[in-house]
Amino acid sequence: MKSKTNNLFYFIPYGLWLLLFVMAPVALIVYHSFLNLNQHFTLDNYITYFKSGTYLMMTLNSLWYALLITVATLLISYPTAYLLSNLKHKQLWLLLIILPTWINLLLKAYAFIGIFSQSGVANQFLTFIGIGPQQLLFTNFSFIFVATYIQIPFMILPIFNSIEDLNQSYINASHDLGATSWQTFRKVIWPMTLPGVKAGVQSVFIPSLSLFMLTRLIGGNKVITLGTAIEEHFLITMNWGMGSTIGVVLIVAMVVIMIFTGESKTRGGVPK
Amino acid sequence: MKRLLSLLLGIAAICVLLAFSANKLQSTSGDSSAKVLNLYNWGDYIDPALITKFQKETGYHVNVETFDSNEAMFTKIKQGGTSYDLTVPSDYMIEKMRAAHLLKPLDKSRLTGFANLDARFTNQSFDPHNRYSVPYFWGTLGIIYNDQSIKPEEVQHWNDLWQPKFKNKIMLIDSTRDVLGFSLVSMNQSMNTTNPAILKAAQAKLNRLSPNVKAVVADEIKMYMTENEAPLAVDWSGEASEMIANNPHLHYVVPTEGSNLWFDNLVIPKTAKHYKAIYAFLNFMLKPENAAQNAEYIGYATPNKKAKALLPKSIRNDKQFYPSDRTIANLQVYSDLSPHTIGLYNDLYLEFKMNHH
Repeated sequence: MKSKTNNLFYFIPYGLWLLLFVMAPVALIVYHSFLNLNQHFTLDNYITYFKSGTYLMMTLNSLWYALLITVATLLISYPTAYLLSNLKHKQLWLLLIILPTWINLLLKAYAFIGIFSQSGVANQFLTFIGIGPQQLLFTNFSFIFVATYIQIPFMILPIFNSIEDLNQSYINASHDLGATSWQTFRKVIWPMTLPGVKAGVQSVFIPSLSLFMLTRLIGGNKVITLGTAIEEHFLITMNWGMGSTIGVVLIVAMVVIMIFTGESKTRGGVPK
Repeated sequence: MKRLLSLLLGIAAICVLLAFSANKLQSTSGDSSAKVLNLYNWGDYIDPALITKFQKETGYHVNVETFDSNEAMFTKIKQGGTSYDLTVPSDYMIEKMRAAHLLKPLDKSRLTGFANLDARFTNQSFDPHNRYSVPYFWGTLGIIYNDQSIKPEEVQHWNDLWQPKFKNKIMLIDSTRDVLGFSLVSMNQSMNTTNPAILKAAQAKLNRLSPNVKAVVADEIKMYMTENEAPLAVDWSGEASEMIANNPHLHYVVPTEGSNLWFDNLVIPKTAKHYKAIYAFLNFMLKPENAAQNAEYIGYATPNKKAKALLPKSIRNDKQFYPSDRTIANLQVYSDLSPHTIGLYNDLYLEFKMNHH
């Protein structure tokens, strides 16, 4: 009996947090999404969203860029995490990868403006090797590059952890039974590290959906995502209803992604 | 159980601390004691030396707080809990605040020096007879070019921007009404158009500008232009003066066919309390020598005629920031459009941004 009340007490801080900073804001967003400019209850915002090609295009755009960023991040992170786990001072190397996340995102974005600008370091190098200065800023390439750079630590960490958890004897067994390296990777390592990959994809894809500062600073507004639209509706048109509606759509999209990448308990998976 | 107790105590302590600091913060956002003036201004929008001078002359202590957008300022004043005595909204926002009953009318009998102001900049549509506002600075929207690659005669008019030779060379300020606005002017239409068909046509014209648009950016435009990232930009005069100060190759043009004329005016929000200090400050800022000093520091155009006469010749005769009467006659002030129309502007603008790849 006592332990039960104890548990309840322990739940108080977390419960309060959940209520005040998770449920209340989400409820407010949902509430606002049903209000029009005159604060009347309406479904118009949703009708506008799904009827106007602009918002649907923007949604596709956001999904597409988030996908590109996630794939790019994964392609770099997986081998890196694998390499890290085989190094001697892996905690130190890991720390070096986490280190940039301590720096403010805006500062990093401004640093990249300096690197990619016409007279920046990147163009100085291109001139030096004889290619000549190129337009780097305001291209899809630079946008995906910078977004990937920013997201990499969030992908490496979960993958690194799942590779760390990998039992070396499974790999040895696989080799002993005559599997090639590729087969070992495909049949043993990849399935066993998949939970880490899924966690990484979640923590990269979802924030990438609503990037808005980078789209302007690095993308020069050539890349428009739903985040841009939300920013405009809240700050310029002051149409909080429409902004909230886009927010709700984003939240729903995120839930869908969580479901797709979430761990399925029924399948059992590989034993540890 | 003991650990739990200390945990709860810890939370309680944090709550008390938060409540205390919130209380403290609130009292600092606008002191309500007697000999003070709470000025709510844009960031770096008054010469600090003038504040010192005002404090010395009158004995009032000035608290300055800053905002970075008209909308943020509007929300904060509307929500209450502040005691700002003066703030500096732009033209359309004055109209909006007036409609929302957030402004106190000026007592003209307590103002000295209102006659120093240029009659061209008083009695504007957003505040007829200046019942609520005293002009502080004014400016325009225009084209900035770099003389290293662009000749002055190539960019005298808005339509010049559409020339194919400027492919991927123009940066636009990320502002709905300004971007749609210059497209409207280039079609000989009003910048306050509410006609959806005309707005759509303006957007279609902008879409044809897309190949020339290198980027649509905000404050960063100053840095990009200074560092020669692009040779052309559309931005406000105030921003232009900062760029020119950092890169002498840059020049600013206000197309003679018209552009936006904007104002930042001093107003008394309904939260005001210190009327003596308010009028002392307004009269202080209306004095020609003070207005001139402020204009020289900020680099924007002063609406104070007598102050302008005190400015150095190089500033006073600068056609970039004090355009000719003929150009001024063609300038248009934004009016506060209905939320529905603003929504339409914004949707069209978003579509334009989406179309430009």
